[in-house]
Amino acid sequence: MADSALNLEVLKRLAPPAELGRAPVVEGKPSLGALTDKLSAFAEAKTPVWWWIVFIPAAFAATVIFPTCLFYQVFTGVGVWGNNHPVMWGLDIVNFIWWVGVAHAGTLISALLFLTKQHWRTTIGRMAEAMTVFSVMMAGLYPAIHVGRAWFDWFMFPVPNSNGLWPQFRSPLMWDVFAVNTYLVVSSLFWFMGMIPDFAVFRDRSTTRIRKTVFTFLAMGWTGSARQWHNYEKAYVVLCGLCTLLVFTVSSIVGLDFCTAQIAGWHATIFPLYFVIGAVFCGFGMMLVLLIPLRKLCGLENIITKSHIATVAKLALVSGLIIDYIYLMEFFIAWYSGDPYERWVFGHRLFGHTYMILGWMLIGINVCVTQLLWFKKIRSNLWALFIIGLLINCGMWSERFVIVVGSLYQDFLPANWGKYMPTMWDIGLYVGTLGAFFMLYLLFVKFLPVIAISEVKGVMPEADPHHPLGGAKKGDHQ
Amino acid sequence: MSEKVYGLIAEFDSPAAILHAAEKVRDAGYRRWDAFTPFPIHGMDQVMKLGNSLVGWVALAGGAFMFLNVAGLIWFTNAFDYPLIVGGKPMFSVPMTFVPSYIMLIMGGALGALIGMLGLNQLPRLHHPLLDQKRFALVSRDKFMLVIGAQDEKFCATETKKLLEALGGTHVEIVEDQD
Repeated sequence: MADSALNLEVLKRLAPPAELGRAPVVEGKPSLGALTDKLSAFAEAKTPVWWWIVFIPAAFAATVIFPTCLFYQVFTGVGVWGNNHPVMWGLDIVNFIWWVGVAHAGTLISALLFLTKQHWRTTIGRMAEAMTVFSVMMAGLYPAIHVGRAWFDWFMFPVPNSNGLWPQFRSPLMWDVFAVNTYLVVSSLFWFMGMIPDFAVFRDRSTTRIRKTVFTFLAMGWTGSARQWHNYEKAYVVLCGLCTLLVFTVSSIVGLDFCTAQIAGWHATIFPLYFVIGAVFCGFGMMLVLLIPLRKLCGLENIITKSHIATVAKLALVSGLIIDYIYLMEFFIAWYSGDPYERWVFGHRLFGHTYMILGWMLIGINVCVTQLLWFKKIRSNLWALFIIGLLINCGMWSERFVIVVGSLYQDFLPANWGKYMPTMWDIGLYVGTLGAFFMLYLLFVKFLPVIAISEVKGVMPEADPHHPLGGAKKGDHQ
Repeated sequence: MSEKVYGLIAEFDSPAAILHAAEKVRDAGYRRWDAFTPFPIHGMDQVMKLGNSLVGWVALAGGAFMFLNVAGLIWFTNAFDYPLIVGGKPMFSVPMTFVPSYIMLIMGGALGALIGMLGLNQLPRLHHPLLDQKRFALVSRDKFMLVIGAQDEKFCATETKKLLEALGGTHVEIVEDQD
């Protein structure tokens, strides 16, 4: 007895001071049952008014604006966009890269933070994965219609055909097809597999026949036996590892589309890393934009705590700093290369006549505004973080525009120069994809387990058989 | 429709309680039993001596299969079936095949992991005798249940029930299998 008291004293002395200790994953110390109720409450309750207020415009954009712009472009041709010689890649590719970027932070939060055993990720992981799945859907659409004749998209797949043609596998554009499709499939699988135990929770809680039927199908007979969990955990780790590889691969391959080109400003080996980090940075911005309102509106303040939001902000800061370093290197190398064309293009990014505002947006937001995240006051102010999140998305969008259009509109021959202005069809399609994204996201929030219920329960002290709250008695399994 | 006994179910309140009960059930010599919990319980794998899950191997097989197939496909399409000289590059080389093959390795690995997980867990299934059990729905909430299968050699409706009750299990009931 004296021994254990002594041990306790020693442990207390060795424990870090309170201010260094980690914030609890879930605030308010709910019991496991209460936690289950809380996490399923939103999907089971009546649809609130705010949901309709956001859903209807999003659904309008997704079901009216989006198909109108899409079909008009497909039936008429790429000419309805502003794309023309010499700027053959316009908003379609800008938005493609932007959407792929948004996807990346979702996978990073979900997979990489799982592998590094960050317990706080359990609360936001599912939302992040959903963001990934929906934004990859939006991203994948752009290259498919950008080719101009969307009905020939099957040329990109190795399908035996009577022309005897095969795809050209030496092209990074081909690799893109594989990368984006794989990203969509793997992130959807990862998302779906994570939800299986939570579908079982919904199945077991269901009160209506239709919910019972739907979730019985989705849960696929999950019982939560130790053998099932054993295989499930292994599969989850494997998928996390593979998804982490994808984070670094997909955007790298998108980056390779650029660095194999000869155009000044695209002729750099830094692109793969540049695009990965840019993607992650942009995705953290989107994460802030989605999490901050949803935690409030869905009544999840105790689950997605302020400390989790602050951690996302810190990650945004880290990725933002890497991005800043890359900007610095890009400009430095352009100057150091001594290549007049490189210098011209980079000079015109900031001091050109046409697109300088976007160049300064890039510097103003991605370099300057990001620095605000150094301050704890800002990181704990949700309004500030929400606005910074929105700004990061704009900043990264302008960066993609500067890279794509900024290099194309002035190449080596002044006779070859031109301007690019997006048309209403370019913008309409972007608005349509934004609408589709938010519509899908709202449907996910309303109908599916928006928080990984079993994962959150699994990181509670009540779930640890060696913790007093988990039922452990003194002297058990020490 | 015949009704036979599937097993005996007992309910526990905490992860520690079910872990203890599982140890005792194992030590009593039972083989066909399982623990049902709302989340994976740390240490249960060791207690049940589950060893290493085969899912990793299925994923590896899926990944390797895809990698080799895509590399083979690229060789077949670009170097054998329709050789096309592009920039004087060799018809087939490792750098050009690596990226698509590697990407498809990830696809194969992911599919392997999911299919392996479902296959080894004998999912999907639309029905399980335990899902008919009224209180079993609490497993996905906050209860921890232990089931000893009737097919176990040591299973005896009265003796096993006594054991489960002695271990602190509540609501010890017979589960019926209606087929």
